[in-house]
Amino acid sequence: MDRVSAQLPEAVADRYVDRTGGAWAVIHADSLPKVAAFLKNDPELEFKLFGSIDAVDRLHLAECDPRFEVVYFLYSLKRNEHVRLKVRVSESTPVVPSLTSLFRGANWWERLTFDFYGIRFDGHPDLRRILLYEEFQGYPLRKDYALRDRQPLIPERPIKDIFRGPGTSGIS
Amino acid sequence: MSDHGKPQTEAPNPDTDAYAHESELESHLQTKRMVINMGPSHPATHGTVRLKVELEGETIVKIDPEIGFLHRGFQKSCENVTWTQCLPYTDRLNYLSSMMNNFGFLNAVEKLIGLEIPERAQYIRVIGSELHRLQDHLTCVGATGLEMGGFAPFLFAMEFRELIHDRVAELTGARLTTSFGRVGGINRDLPEGWIPKVHKSLDRGLELIDEMDALLTRNRIFVDRTKGTGVINAEDAIDFGYTGPALRACGVNYDIRKAKPYWVYDRFDFKVPVGEHGDNYDRYLVRLEEMRQSVLILRQAMDTIPAGPIIVDDWRIALPPKPEVYGTIEGVMSHFKLVMEGIQVPAGEVYDATEASNGELGWYIVSDGGGRPYKVHVRAPGFPVLAAVPHIIEGKMLADLIPTFDTINMIGGEVEQ
Repeated sequence: MDRVSAQLPEAVADRYVDRTGGAWAVIHADSLPKVAAFLKNDPELEFKLFGSIDAVDRLHLAECDPRFEVVYFLYSLKRNEHVRLKVRVSESTPVVPSLTSLFRGANWWERLTFDFYGIRFDGHPDLRRILLYEEFQGYPLRKDYALRDRQPLIPERPIKDIFRGPGTSGIS
Repeated sequence: MSDHGKPQTEAPNPDTDAYAHESELESHLQTKRMVINMGPSHPATHGTVRLKVELEGETIVKIDPEIGFLHRGFQKSCENVTWTQCLPYTDRLNYLSSMMNNFGFLNAVEKLIGLEIPERAQYIRVIGSELHRLQDHLTCVGATGLEMGGFAPFLFAMEFRELIHDRVAELTGARLTTSFGRVGGINRDLPEGWIPKVHKSLDRGLELIDEMDALLTRNRIFVDRTKGTGVINAEDAIDFGYTGPALRACGVNYDIRKAKPYWVYDRFDFKVPVGEHGDNYDRYLVRLEEMRQSVLILRQAMDTIPAGPIIVDDWRIALPPKPEVYGTIEGVMSHFKLVMEGIQVPAGEVYDATEASNGELGWYIVSDGGGRPYKVHVRAPGFPVLAAVPHIIEGKMLADLIPTFDTINMIGGEVEQ
């Protein structure tokens, strides 16, 4: 973290250590790819093992001004250390640059975060829902999505260009 | 004009020429690409997943895994119940290693509270985790053998798994979804005479593992179908976020039990098997050896387990003993407050990871200081492993998909939350 602050001082908005001793860096959204590339490629850091991505909806917490926090976990095999990054984005423009060109593992995690929180990842090659179906309305892990909300069942999708075999089709 | 000198243009005589019908045959061959749906529930894929496979002949051109069939809102459910009530949900992420999921979640919560659990509880957590690691690997290895056409190894694996199920049932009262952990320790102590029984089961288990080893490891069909298929090199594996046996099969020695020992793992003498090529065969070998190391850990843990309490003596965290609940007003109040309001975890956030059977099981937990989690994020080890399947398998044969899918051991429950 000291090295990141020293190298890219304008990228880091805030730094703190949480109660369990984990060091966090809050990054400005537009400088996220730069910081991640530095963490990955610096020969002394080598945070290459991709951990995961998720978001927190801070709607009911005390400091809820930028509503969403996107969190990143990377691991360095060389230093045996986890690094935790955080990007704060507002509700009106929930857009974060994508890390898929840097870490291929980011692809599915970004889709998952988009699926559940509706946060868009700028530059993602294939940003679509991953666990829920395409017709699903809203983002279920946002705090204002009701626990018992129900979505209507969708009709069967038409399948184009499908060969169903000889079978009995056409014979009435 | 004579035709002499240009015999090629002559129509072939089907009575004398063996290749007379060749052009006719080829004109009927389908050269179109074919899309095949494997799944959602397919006999050759572990778990419920749909694979949209685009084939050119036998070669896979494109593959798109579609998940989410088992999605049941794990995070949303956890955010609306107390910390202790999350435990059954964590069990169901991977029912073959339910104790590891349980204890991993509790480890993160205890770290957030700043709690040190009693030594005996740490030993019992190690024992439970290693039993479930055995169970998970047995299912994976046995099913791999089964899907390569060997039924006997599967039966040996099931016999050992059944022995473990019986021991787990004696310990916890349940065979699969145990819900055995509690914040600050575990639910109940080891039953009378349980340790010698486990030793006996492990003796039989080692014989069964040896039998599986003898049947599969040098079997011609098994080796031909797994060696050199489903290869991923170490650099790509790290980039995708592989952990556990799948990463160690590529030659990267990363095991959280050694890298950042938790509980009492640093007191035991065991090795971490590491592969070389990152193919299906290496993943199988790593799992096989890991089972033997698990047996070693289990034996050491059971031989050196100390006496003492199994849960912290703090009525704000653990339920008071029953005589206190029935006999004293303080006991009743603590019991009531714990059940109704849950454990009051101080506000904060934590990321904590343990080594589950398939790799790093990470928990990112945010608490707002109340009795319910504000946010529970699980970094399931199967998720990145499944995400890399298109990278591994594109351009390979359809038949390679099956051993690859077996040995990466994708677990539907944790991938789809």
